[in-house]
Amino acid sequence: MSSSTGVIEREKTEARTSGSLLLLRDRGKRIKRHWQLYLLVLLPLAYLVIFKYIPMYGAQIAFREFSPVRGILGSEWVGLANFNTFFKSPNFWMLIKNTLIISTYSLIVGFPAPIILALALNEVRSMRFKRFVQMVTFAPYFISTIVMVSMIILFLSPRLGFIDHILSAFGQEAVNFMGVPSYFSSIFVWSNVWQGIGYGAVIYLAALAGINTDLYEAARVDGASRIQKVWHIDIPGIMPAATILLILNVGQIMNVGFEKIYLMQNPLNTSTSEVISTYVYKIGLLGANFSFSAAVDLFNSVINLILLLSVNYFARRVSESSLW
Amino acid sequence: MARTNAIRESFGDKLFLTLIYAFLSIILLAVLYPLIYILSSSFSSPQAVISGRVWLLPVDFSLAGYKAIFSNPQIMTGYGNSLFYTVFGVLINVCLTIMLAYPISKSTFYGRHIIMVLLVITMMFSGGLIPYYLTVKNVGILDTRWAMLLPGAMAVWQVIIARTFFQSSIPKELGEAAELDGCTDIGFLWRVVIPLSKPILAVLVLMYAVGHWNAYFEALIFLKSQGLFPLQIVLRNILILNSIDSSMMVDANKMAAMQGLRDLLKFSLIVVATVPILAIYPFVQKYFVQGILIGSLKG
Repeated sequence: MSSSTGVIEREKTEARTSGSLLLLRDRGKRIKRHWQLYLLVLLPLAYLVIFKYIPMYGAQIAFREFSPVRGILGSEWVGLANFNTFFKSPNFWMLIKNTLIISTYSLIVGFPAPIILALALNEVRSMRFKRFVQMVTFAPYFISTIVMVSMIILFLSPRLGFIDHILSAFGQEAVNFMGVPSYFSSIFVWSNVWQGIGYGAVIYLAALAGINTDLYEAARVDGASRIQKVWHIDIPGIMPAATILLILNVGQIMNVGFEKIYLMQNPLNTSTSEVISTYVYKIGLLGANFSFSAAVDLFNSVINLILLLSVNYFARRVSESSLW
Repeated sequence: MARTNAIRESFGDKLFLTLIYAFLSIILLAVLYPLIYILSSSFSSPQAVISGRVWLLPVDFSLAGYKAIFSNPQIMTGYGNSLFYTVFGVLINVCLTIMLAYPISKSTFYGRHIIMVLLVITMMFSGGLIPYYLTVKNVGILDTRWAMLLPGAMAVWQVIIARTFFQSSIPKELGEAAELDGCTDIGFLWRVVIPLSKPILAVLVLMYAVGHWNAYFEALIFLKSQGLFPLQIVLRNILILNSIDSSMMVDANKMAAMQGLRDLLKFSLIVVATVPILAIYPFVQKYFVQGILIGSLKG
């Protein structure tokens, strides 16, 4: 495996060096001949610059005291003052704690769930049943966050929800689930699993379909049981895909879904539901405290980037799959 | 020896398989039941819904919830706006995506590596909410329909998917032949590449359409005028903030009846908001799965 990647790597560099020589010689000529392609990318590039890169440049308001009159570039520099305010604020540890709890919980439950579904589906011999389960579990992906949250609220409502109807059938008292702070993270994480499991399983099913069938035959000849087959062939077979997705997930660990959490919040559960992204929105846009909120956001992004880079580094050291 | 071994194993295998079928059936039920419950409730009478008599099938079949929805001007405006944002948004999205993805799929395009790096950086790092908001404000499209179309005019992930598709399924020789015949790059893209790219076009249209139909964040931060609100914001006001104005309710004079109808309306609204996007899914499912696969390959 490593030797073949080495060969590919070498071929790539060779192609690149000979390519760059060629480029140097007639780069201008080729650009002229294919001017239409360069024309095509202008508009998309303008989009990237305006809506992606200008905001990145604008992130410097985190180090300024934003004044609406003077604009981002005219506002006064204040160094790390906004960050210091955040670190010293009484909300700091609560925000970090809630963000970490919800995101780690999501990762631990949400990451393996589609893998388990895909492994189970892969064992099913009846194509019709397999397709039906896949189709049904995929469907919730199309439900919008707003509708999803209203379904959660409806189902868990003490008056209307079927969960409470079931509880009362067993003689239990109605519970206002959305009002109990300690339930918040579980409701959030498990409803995410409900909505995303079928969508997430697709990639793993493809990885499983790509496993060399010779391996299965060899295993059968050796008398492997189904469980052994799953454990020794299927799971190693999807590891590369799983590693990449895990890296991407860890890189997003501090970005727990703003949209859903914001909609699920109510005055009773904010002690466990307030996370960095909802705080940024409330302080920044609702409270018009632009610089402070941008500093909180930037702090968040930097942590994400550090996590992504370190997990990728680690994955590169211990396995062959990494993002780059 | 070999025989007993085979029997023992096959028993274990059978048990394992049974467990798997049981597990999948539980998952199937857990996903399907809430959906059926919503659908059945939406076709039941308000009384049956609030008294919790709906379990599986509709009780006292009624269309009261749907009648209330389709006579509500706010919901209908939202529906129209969402349709507008979805149609024009997807049009802009697909055009921009192809305009970028096609050139950088060509190995002869100088600068494609730089563009790829620029794209990947935006996936990992963003300026954050406040600078984003200020940018949109400075562009001058705050509280206009453009605010729903331009800031999300292109998605990097989709560009990468499309690029991978062009690279892997448009033969290089085709482009060379066309070039010899004097076909321009745009002519080739329009007359040859696009007709050959129906699978990826289906994927792009569906992925972007889901995004636009379900979008609410842009509307929440960029829009103030009620007349521009997409369906999702209207839904949020009714379903989550519970702010339904009583004049919106038709044929509901009594408080009790109104409360019942209000609860029923939530179920019907969920159905009405989800069906349009769900309805196109069976037609493009084949392509959609393909698209996710293309996207998951490292490019």
